[in-house]
Amino acid sequence: MNPMPFDTGRREFLRVSFVAGVGLVVGCAFSREAAASSQASQSLTSEGSDVLVPNAWIRISKNGTVTVVINHSEMGQGIFTALSMIVAEELEADWSKVRTEMASMDPVYANPEFGVQATGGSTSVRTSWDELRKAGAATRELLVAAAASTWGVPSRECRAKAGKVIHSSSRRTLLYGELVEKAAGMPVPDRVQLKKHADFKIIGKRMPRLDTADKTRGKAVYGADVRIEGLLTATVLHPPVYGGRLKSFDASKARSMPGVRHILPISTGIAVVADRFWQAKKAAEALKVDWDPGPNANLSSESIRARWVSLAKQSGDRLRNDGNVDNAFEKAAKNIEAVYELPFQAHGCPEPMNCTAFVRKDGCDVWVPTQNQSGTHEIAVAITGLSHDQVRVHTTFLGGGFGRRGDVDFATEAVELSHTVQAPVKVIWTREEDIRHDHFRPASYHVLRAGLDGKGRPIAFQHRFVCPSYMDGTIEIMAPAIMPRWLPRFLKNAATRMAVPIAKYAKSAESAASGASNMAYAIDHLRVEYIKDDPGVPVGAWRSVANSRHAFVVESFMDEIAAAGGRDPLQLRLDLLKKAPKQLNALRVAAHKAGWEKKPQEGVFRGLAVHDFHGTPAAMVVEVSVDKKGKVKVHRVVCTVDCGTVINPKTVEAQMTGAIAFGLTATVKSSITIGKGRAEQSNFDDFPLLTMEEMPAVEVHIIPSAAAPTGIGEVGVPPIAPAVANAIFAASGKRIRTLPITSGDLAGG
Amino acid sequence: MIELRVNKKTYQVDVDPETPLLWVLREELGLPGTKFSCGVGECGACVVHVDGEATRSCVTPVSEVKGKEITTIEGLAGAIGQALRDAWIEGDVPQCGYCQPGQIMTAAELLASNPHPSDSDIDAAMSGVLCRCGTYNDIRRAIHRAAGRSRT
Repeated sequence: MNPMPFDTGRREFLRVSFVAGVGLVVGCAFSREAAASSQASQSLTSEGSDVLVPNAWIRISKNGTVTVVINHSEMGQGIFTALSMIVAEELEADWSKVRTEMASMDPVYANPEFGVQATGGSTSVRTSWDELRKAGAATRELLVAAAASTWGVPSRECRAKAGKVIHSSSRRTLLYGELVEKAAGMPVPDRVQLKKHADFKIIGKRMPRLDTADKTRGKAVYGADVRIEGLLTATVLHPPVYGGRLKSFDASKARSMPGVRHILPISTGIAVVADRFWQAKKAAEALKVDWDPGPNANLSSESIRARWVSLAKQSGDRLRNDGNVDNAFEKAAKNIEAVYELPFQAHGCPEPMNCTAFVRKDGCDVWVPTQNQSGTHEIAVAITGLSHDQVRVHTTFLGGGFGRRGDVDFATEAVELSHTVQAPVKVIWTREEDIRHDHFRPASYHVLRAGLDGKGRPIAFQHRFVCPSYMDGTIEIMAPAIMPRWLPRFLKNAATRMAVPIAKYAKSAESAASGASNMAYAIDHLRVEYIKDDPGVPVGAWRSVANSRHAFVVESFMDEIAAAGGRDPLQLRLDLLKKAPKQLNALRVAAHKAGWEKKPQEGVFRGLAVHDFHGTPAAMVVEVSVDKKGKVKVHRVVCTVDCGTVINPKTVEAQMTGAIAFGLTATVKSSITIGKGRAEQSNFDDFPLLTMEEMPAVEVHIIPSAAAPTGIGEVGVPPIAPAVANAIFAASGKRIRTLPITSGDLAGG
Repeated sequence: MIELRVNKKTYQVDVDPETPLLWVLREELGLPGTKFSCGVGECGACVVHVDGEATRSCVTPVSEVKGKEITTIEGLAGAIGQALRDAWIEGDVPQCGYCQPGQIMTAAELLASNPHPSDSDIDAAMSGVLCRCGTYNDIRRAIHRAAGRSRT
């Protein structure tokens, strides 16, 4: 990649300001709209100032500290470090002086892909790459110009390196901190050179994470850890049956319990507000609540399945229809058909859902572990009737997100409660409420057909699937206008304007068909049909969304095609991926690194899968064994990933490894089943997570690339389930078509 | 009033004796490093040491630990504590980080009783502490690294 001179295109807010401290910076609006109306590309200066603020992303203080403002939530994916690395690289910062700070609410911090301030879809690095590089480079050139001006020499004789500017011929140097005051009076350059990849010193290196030290000392502040003066703590009981309502309650006993302040029906259920969490929890247990179960009292996994079996007999919306599918099936030498079924999945975020809100007459502060700052902001504005400027959203660390924290139901509860009781309130869900009232990865039902020619090659392929759309729940929450279920009417209008960008996003690749309609295998006659059906179980985004299901279905069925046609599952894929070179290469490298051509050791069997998530392909080869009782052991996973330019290889490895663990829980351990209109699981005893002894060895091989970075947070999830299922077929001859795989499926095999 | 010894300090707390130690640490003593996750002793995010023994504070009534020496992640000291922290930082173990205090406290107990644990010793000691981010392999490596260094 060549270093391109660029026009910032956002010159209007690339201005220098110089403010007295952190408090002023927070109040400093860098909104694109506000800045556009400003003529100033000069600094804002004030007496006694000590911080240089060249743009919305960077602050440099006189002591040399470089603070990078982060507009994406840190939920473990290492985004604080990755985004800081991008800035520090172009800024030529001294890494030991780099700090991070979570962005406040401001349109300038919106995720360009969503149009709102939110984290998800593995978009953070991809959407920040250009903007942060330019911000870093422009600041670097500003500091060079400030040094040159100080010395009275031309800028071209000076260069920046590791936190200082150097005048080569005179060997003079000035630290960035020493240039703060000078730079504050100067314009930020709007055309600058970006570095060549070959000159990167930080990007691509295994830089230490900026949040590790606090996270090992118990000092990182998560939502559940927020403490403010006079804080009350609440917990919420939700209608046990999905779609149910609160009918009546008897709080006579609960109300008299120690520490209990309020017992209040709210839009999502009923809340107990107490001085302390344990008091609230005990009182909630003592509440006698009469719930109206609504229409779903008899809903069960079996009833949903029966409905979907019936629905799948009809054709659905044709999302893709290449060639002449019906004709090709007629001509095929051999036809195969299989049904795949996937269950609901819970997120199981280690930190249960929580939010702290303090609503006052003239303002509202919300402290929340959220992936959706804008949604939280809108909901708080709607509930309190305050203006957008009066509501502030403070993002804490997230104890897991995985998509669940893109929804704002828990934030709604805290704001409603604080608004009503006129005190700061922290809502903390019990684990049981967190599992039962998760917004699950949707269950789904898939009918697959393939037609093979006389040589065993697939010439026709049809994938018909039935499921709810995970985006519908999000749209409902974000857009009160189309959200009749639980949000009160008074909330509806304000959030409506959130609906457009989100709904637009729902139509993009990450919608219900992602990973199915865009499958890369070159099969001439190919049809994908979607039958949308919402049985009433709350659903939402779950790490890698629809791709987690479609990778399992498609990659398992590809192995069925290979077996039916007498072909090697690797070679079949390589033959069909000629027009998808990145996937082809990822698969080829994974097979090579795993030694696919050599036999594994006695009793160990291999399976593979490849999948692309939003432009990031990953391939996996797994080694499993199955004991006589049918218990599956995953020994080793060799995986490749092609995510373009790598910011931090350690983070890529951690994300791939972590995604494999996340995916394995859904593959061999846990699911959510529905009975009597509710989830039948409620804690980690009946929704067990993968443990250390079950964790396979993982090798991550990153495909070298100088392309722009793509995403890394989710792509590791989709391939693991089919790779394991394919290995089990190799081990036992049994084809896994439902998850999770239980020992009962394989016993005696 | 219940008298508690936490991180070598003495506290008097006025709470229901049935209150789990977890909530006393977090809400009364202002020590939020110990985490609430499952509330039923299934996940290990709330592990603290009670007289040196790794204990799930979410299911331990505060009345049961009167007069005992309680150590939380904030107070974890000594050669083992330091070696673990260094190893954790060197390996950049945490992702979301929420379970890590429980992981480190559990690992500290393991190294105190078994200074040179094998992989299977580590798996046996650590498999009750859940990590949804899947940092297990990095945890295992960090424990080995710390074991090599905490010998005095």
